Amino acid sequence: MKTLLVAEYRDGRLLGSTYDLVAFASQLGGESAMFLVGSDSDLPQYDGTLYLADSAKYGEFNPSVHKQLLLDVIDKEQPDMVVFNHSSYGWDLAPRVALAMGAAQISEVVDIVDGALVTPVCNAKLRREIKAKTAKCVVTLQAGAFTLSGEPSGTVAVEKIECDAKSLVVFNGYEESEAGGVDLSKAEIIVSAGRGIGKPENLEIIRSLAKALKGEYGASRPVVDSEWAEHNRQVGTTGQTVSPKLYVACGISGAIQHIAGMKKSEFIVAVNTDRDAPIGEVADVLVVADLKQFVPALTERLAG
Amino acid sequence: MKILVCMKQVPDMESKFRINDQGSWYDESDLAWRMNEYDEYSVEQAILLKEQVGEGDLTVLSIGPKRIQETMKKALAMGCDRGVHVNDVKVHEKDPFEIASIIAEFAKDKNFDMIFTGMQSQDRGSGQVGVLVAEMLNLPCITTIVDFAFDNGTVNAKRELEGGVKAKVSAQAPVLVTCQLGLNSPRYPTLPNIMKAKKKELAVVEVGDLLTVESRLETPKISLPEKKSGGLILEGEVGDLVEQLVTLLKERTTVFA
Ligand SMILES: Cc1cc2nc3c(=O)[nH]c(=O)nc-3n(C[C@H](O)[C@H](O)[C@H](O)COP(=O)(O)OP(=O)(O)OC[C@H]3O[C@@H](n4cnc5c(N)ncnc54)[C@H](O)[C@@H]3O)c2cc1C
Repeated sequence: MKTLLVAEYRDGRLLGSTYDLVAFASQLGGESAMFLVGSDSDLPQYDGTLYLADSAKYGEFNPSVHKQLLLDVIDKEQPDMVVFNHSSYGWDLAPRVALAMGAAQISEVVDIVDGALVTPVCNAKLRREIKAKTAKCVVTLQAGAFTLSGEPSGTVAVEKIECDAKSLVVFNGYEESEAGGVDLSKAEIIVSAGRGIGKPENLEIIRSLAKALKGEYGASRPVVDSEWAEHNRQVGTTGQTVSPKLYVACGISGAIQHIAGMKKSEFIVAVNTDRDAPIGEVADVLVVADLKQFVPALTERLAG
Repeated sequence: MKILVCMKQVPDMESKFRINDQGSWYDESDLAWRMNEYDEYSVEQAILLKEQVGEGDLTVLSIGPKRIQETMKKALAMGCDRGVHVNDVKVHEKDPFEIASIIAEFAKDKNFDMIFTGMQSQDRGSGQVGVLVAEMLNLPCITTIVDFAFDNGTVNAKRELEGGVKAKVSAQAPVLVTCQLGLNSPRYPTLPNIMKAKKKELAVVEVGDLLTVESRLETPKISLPEKKSGGLILEGEVGDLVEQLVTLLKERTTVFA
């Protein structure tokens, strides 16, 4: 199996998730090469050819141009599989490339079983094995599903590439998330509210428990999206990454984007009415209960 | 202004899922169905755009069996003008490439000024369909948007990246955007609007009339994940649960130290 790995750059830096691609390729076995729109100043540690286009010239986000740069390399290398991260860059670019190649795409791969690729369905409550019918295929990898066992190492053989495709969109730069507020990454105890709290008034139940435990309160994304809590309380891939001694997830189902932000917690308690909620996969203790009854009772017990 | 919004009906994610007899998909009986969460934001954004420009025609398209009409009616009650139900009892066997081809085939000669889709579906989550439709129609596509503004034919959007950073992107209409959670606050249909929606056009097109390609993915096998975690599950009376948890926290953590 010959793979082409599509590395990722953000704000002039190589993203560490690039090494997930390397881990995946080595699990598959066979030759690989790498593609990057980036610069000489931060190159991946990898033994192989790196096709490098200059991000100063082509931009870090410019799908139609990145697509063309990549298609030229695919033409030359003839890989069996083109591998992306399932990230904001990868899920944007991969389908464009797959369509142009006439290839099937398998998104958010978490495992390889007997040659079939496994992807999650229904918030990871189900697993699905998929095979491409086309000779070549494109895949995106779930963040953290494949990781290098050791430190990355190696030296790339850089081959510079150019193209003159037309941009269909204009990239006007980045906007940082609002700074300030709490730094949850330093908290030792976090009690988080999920959509299961039902209504904004119930956030108070979660805050009271956090207070009784002398910790901070956090939230899942829907709670923040509904403006029941500030964005600086959000835990997950598009919020903060935390690793407290105790994390209590109340009414949180355990979507991968949430788990990615809290799975390094030392001890995880989940409170959920759904015994099958995927949060159970990472929880040390799953309390099957209605948080509206259980959480106040726990708070009272701790205060008493 | 002509606007298209693509919507999918999905099972409630809190359902208890079982595998069907063929082991090829989840058993669809006894499931509650609802609008894909990401599509709630795209339907809302499409309606907001129509309200902003003050005129236009907003079509909601959905592919699936008859039951999806219930969810389409919700989109109509929210404010879409007309519905196109692409009737397909085997929609779960279609791959993202086929679904996108069906939508592109429908849209290709309709000159939509804007197309909205969700960034992914909650059940399959491929995140491919919107992008593929745009590529098939040769439209600029901005994915994963959390902010949308339309000004005289220019779309100014913000894409959400990891860590909450946003990329500011603009493009000239016609554009396809894929909507991320939190883009806006989807409205609840009011009773008068639910009544009005009953009179709105809901055309049915047979999938065979729009499907011109073959699938690219092999019929999947689907299974329940093995429970990996050695985590404890506590069930019972709230009072007992509290005592059990406090004991566990004392034994296994240092939070009371
Ligand atoms: C690109 C991308 C980035 C994302 N980034 C993030 C992120 O950073 N952080 C994040 O959290 N999400 C993120 N998400 C969203 C994520 O996919 C989920 O939609 C989200 O985490 C779900 O939040 P939730 O668990 O609170 O809600 P739901 O999934 O709706 O779960 C609610 C849970 O509450 C339980 N419940 C209901 N009532 C009660 C009750 N009375 N008592 C106890 N339990 C109850 C239910 O059983 C269910 O398990 C992202 C998604 C995408 C696509």
